[in-house]
Amino acid sequence: MKVTDKDVAYVAELANLELTPEERAGMLRDLNSILDYVDRLNELNTSDVPPMAQVSDRYGVDDSKQGSERFAYASRDDVLEGLRMSLPHEVALENAPDADEDFFRVPKVIER
Amino acid sequence: MELTSLTIDAARSAVAERKTTALALAEAHYARIQKEDGQIGAFLTLSKERALEQADRIDRMAAEGMPLPPLGGVPVGIKDVMSTRGVRTTAGSKILENYIPPYDCTAVARMEAAGAVVLGKMNCDEFAMGSSNENSAYHPVRNPRDLGRVPGGSSGGSAAAVAADMAVVTLGSDTGGSIRQPASFCGVVGMLPTYGRVSRYGLIAFASSLDHIGPLAKTVKDAAIVLRTIAGRDPMDSTSADLPVPDYVAELDKPVRGMKLGVAKEYFGEGLDDEVRQAVESAIDKLKELGCEIVPVSLPHTPYAIPTYYLIATAEASANLARYDGVRYSHRARGVKTLSEMYRRSRDEGFGAEVKRRIMLGTYALSAGYYDAYYLKAQKVRTLLTRDFDQAFRKVDAIVTPTSPTAAFRLGEKSNDPLAMYLADIYTVTADLAGIPGISIPCGETKEKLPIGFQILGKHFDEATILRIAHAYEQAGH
Repeated sequence: MKVTDKDVAYVAELANLELTPEERAGMLRDLNSILDYVDRLNELNTSDVPPMAQVSDRYGVDDSKQGSERFAYASRDDVLEGLRMSLPHEVALENAPDADEDFFRVPKVIER
Repeated sequence: MELTSLTIDAARSAVAERKTTALALAEAHYARIQKEDGQIGAFLTLSKERALEQADRIDRMAAEGMPLPPLGGVPVGIKDVMSTRGVRTTAGSKILENYIPPYDCTAVARMEAAGAVVLGKMNCDEFAMGSSNENSAYHPVRNPRDLGRVPGGSSGGSAAAVAADMAVVTLGSDTGGSIRQPASFCGVVGMLPTYGRVSRYGLIAFASSLDHIGPLAKTVKDAAIVLRTIAGRDPMDSTSADLPVPDYVAELDKPVRGMKLGVAKEYFGEGLDDEVRQAVESAIDKLKELGCEIVPVSLPHTPYAIPTYYLIATAEASANLARYDGVRYSHRARGVKTLSEMYRRSRDEGFGAEVKRRIMLGTYALSAGYYDAYYLKAQKVRTLLTRDFDQAFRKVDAIVTPTSPTAAFRLGEKSNDPLAMYLADIYTVTADLAGIPGISIPCGETKEKLPIGFQILGKHFDEATILRIAHAYEQAGH
């Protein structure tokens, strides 16, 4: 077993999930079965293989440049209200589970 | 005229020539939905007001004798992972049960600008995670060809609606096969465009480096018309490619004689159902008769595609789904005392089992100590899988494979075994990982009358070639 019950609890905490004891047991079984399967990737020697984060880089990246200039294809002018109008205040608050006229409301973060 | 069995051109010209109206077309489809969808379950939300307003606009254009745009008056469905302004968008999840987007997805806006009438939002697996549509938090979709079977997933509602004549075409999304696999299960055409060809702006993110929007349609030509409509650079998506969009429809009738089609043994190995194999082999024979040359190719890293996919997709999903915190939108648990309790309980109540499983796997694969062994390793194998295609496409114009190892399976058959479900995507995940385009076309049926589909994969940004081959096959009949 690669993943223990303790790992499941730790990862759930990282992911902000509150799992029930039954969910935790199921997760332990499923994660171990999937990770066992995924292990077959270790049959491949990838020491000289570069990682691929996404496809678009194949078409736009300018390898003659350094740093962020390599990705100039993905940049655009930094303009205020350039591509679309920002949402009006009341529209941005419309889907909030709890809000007053100005702000999203959440439970108290700091106890006094 | 049977209003619910028309292709795009037939529907549009019927409206333009005043043989019917866009309103009558929309109403005929709503009547069919009313009659059929109780047992199929393809729609989650109907957008009647928006549809009738658009239909009226098109009818006024027709009455004034104005030329109609390419989708003028055509009733369409939109997978519920694409944002629609003012129309509830759930991603098949309880966590977005009451979410009403304040803006439109670019692909949807382009469909409507081209005259399409949006009937409603299509059911799907929660956050597009699934291969059977059983992970919808609302209700499963049933395959119109056999109600005891799944329609495939995650765009199961989009495929079933086209198959059951409840929409002329639909938009779906494909991250690991979610357009092509349900298209094959339901007997319709489904297309995955090249990554970057269609803007993802307004698509609810699952795995950003793998997510694509594409059409499900009754014919290859309809798929080509929709792709031409939604493709092209969008400044709102920095990964959308700034490349000219060919006229896919005009290219359809170009000859296929002399084209080289690759066949890879890795796609015909263990696990492929015999009836599916025979149907796909007959399709390959038919393409040979049409003058295509069949060339053996090798894609040696194919057996590593599913593990690679499930590490990368879940890692990206765990980051993308972190936004559902119950603050700005999405479900919030009641009676919570602290902020962290609010996050945890809201997410726990809002997400279904498969979504939690993938968030957990992805979080694990990205966590300190495991990043190199899992996530980075998968990214490196993704390079190898992409190089397989680069090499094969030096020899051939397109590659022909089965779309799915089996025809549609029964509801409940795989729902307790996540790994068995993941293997349903074995022939489709490779194209998403490499970013190449693919199309699934019907090629017959099993003895039990279940549809079988085969897949044509193409070079990056060469959708025109695979559409042309698919069209030639479809015209020749199987």
